[in-house]
Amino acid sequence: MSANNAYSVVEPTTTAKTVAAFLVILYAFITMIPLFWIVITGFKSPPDSISYPPKIVFEPTLEGYCNLFTTRSRQTREYVESLGPPEGICDEITRKRQMVIVGESNYWPRFQNSLIIAFGSTILAVFLGTLTAYGFSRFKVPLADDLLFFILSTRMMPPIAVAVPIYLMYRKLGLSDTALGMILLYTAVNVSLAVWLLKGFIDEIPREYEEAAMIDGYTRLQSFWKVVLPQATTGIAATAIFCLIFAWNEYAFAVLLTSGTAQTAPPFIPTIIGEGGLDWPAVAAGTTIFVIPILVFTILLRKQLLRGITFGAVRK
Amino acid sequence: MSRSIKGLSDRAVAWWFIAPTIILLLAINIFPLIWAVKLSFTNYRANRLNAEVKDVGLRNYERILTDPDIWMAMQATAHFVFWTIFLQTLIGFALAYLIDRKFRSHAFWTTVILIPMMLSPAVVGNFWRFLYQPQIGLFNYIITFFTGAEPSSFQMLGSVDLAPWAIVIVDTWMWTPYVMLICLAGLRSIPDYIYEAAEVDRASNWRRFWSITLPMALPFIMLAVLFRGIENFKMFDMVMLLTGGGPGSTTEVASITLKREAFEKWRTGYSSAFAIILFVAVFGLANIYVKALNRVKQR
Repeated sequence: MSANNAYSVVEPTTTAKTVAAFLVILYAFITMIPLFWIVITGFKSPPDSISYPPKIVFEPTLEGYCNLFTTRSRQTREYVESLGPPEGICDEITRKRQMVIVGESNYWPRFQNSLIIAFGSTILAVFLGTLTAYGFSRFKVPLADDLLFFILSTRMMPPIAVAVPIYLMYRKLGLSDTALGMILLYTAVNVSLAVWLLKGFIDEIPREYEEAAMIDGYTRLQSFWKVVLPQATTGIAATAIFCLIFAWNEYAFAVLLTSGTAQTAPPFIPTIIGEGGLDWPAVAAGTTIFVIPILVFTILLRKQLLRGITFGAVRK
Repeated sequence: MSRSIKGLSDRAVAWWFIAPTIILLLAINIFPLIWAVKLSFTNYRANRLNAEVKDVGLRNYERILTDPDIWMAMQATAHFVFWTIFLQTLIGFALAYLIDRKFRSHAFWTTVILIPMMLSPAVVGNFWRFLYQPQIGLFNYIITFFTGAEPSSFQMLGSVDLAPWAIVIVDTWMWTPYVMLICLAGLRSIPDYIYEAAEVDRASNWRRFWSITLPMALPFIMLAVLFRGIENFKMFDMVMLLTGGGPGSTTEVASITLKREAFEKWRTGYSSAFAIILFVAVFGLANIYVKALNRVKQR
């Protein structure tokens, strides 16, 4: 509080601020410990990752990342020594464990599936959501409130409850374990969020802009395209990121409806197995890579977060 | 403002804008739901394609409501939902209150605190399983470090007494920021002049908190509880990866039971009936709650 400010009862005292800052920062540190631990576990060797007491100081290695992306097989010492010079760091690390790299693991294909399905469903959901939100925002739609509530209510169903009939339906239509099936499914889940969020954003754009444009000779579609959409860019971008995060993180449908070709990363990461149980450094490495996009998105979204998580109910 | 597009009235335009979404939702949400209702009256099993499907009337529903396993699952769910909401509201509101003291760099720390809720619940469940490992897990190590307990004397995920709390801890870690964010919006919505008036009336800090802050933030707190309640009633991914419902069935929340019935025992008809019951329960409870919420808002 600067000296030239008038005394205000609303401004907390300096002591209150210091105590609050201390407690909040303490909480932030504690809450970050699990994430910090996962990131550093990714750089541990398998024995270090399961040592007791847990090691904070250790020799960092890329073994976890190498194991994440490759499949290996154990060989005799003579065989490993008979090979030529190692190609690349992963080759070297693997040979130290008396193993050779025999191929690529499924992590990267699963990660690609996650990208395709998340982006595909986001584009579709935002496209449909923008049209629908505009429709609800600008036209007198019969039973508008009921339809909007219907759209929202589809989000209340437990995913497993819908998964049973969707599983049967997809089996009949040949959509099981296909990217298209997952894209359609995630679009259907995300479109309710997209409609509710975007309706809020479009409601905030004054109608007068379009009316003026239409008086100037624009058609309805032209004014939607050239007046409303540019104004709604922030809202559309925020909505898209929310849809992307949902599709990126989703597990229940993914684990039940995909098993191979269309499997995404979340059901895959927990199954990364090394010799003698889960390969924790590889799991941690896979988790770290998977989580980084989310961290970027969180920072981009921080101003719109509240709106997104409450379906537009709280706008600040 | 009713300028039409080449012979299309505004009404027709509205229809073209809205219909695709409605059709998609009908195809991927409502049609399967109706199908599930139909299946719930049969003894259909999705893994036996050639078996005869018999109409069993309401028998599936009767059996679910009298099945002790289902009631166990409902108890596990109730324990999970109650404690997560209780802890998240308490800690979330406290954090929001502290952040609302507007200390320097509070925006930065708020963003840091928000990170856990953006992560994939499945991935979170999976890495907490690592933190909860007996002996080697970081969580167990920290607990033994501060309490002096034997490191091998307790297993967060393997013990019948601790496992239900293990899932509550992870959910609270993950979703407290969510409640915090909504509460913060509530606190910021209280206009300054009310506090100024309280100052004129010489109301104590304590009194100010109970008569202004809490009642005015209450609709927001209730909204956060609604969202968390619905989400945690449906909880599947995080618990599935953390405990898989175990040990025994101590953490088998409703969605996990449903998954077992539907995709492991393949009792499709029976599990459809359970799905319908769950859906009706969420929907009904949410509706009643929203009515209460609106009453608080209008006060």
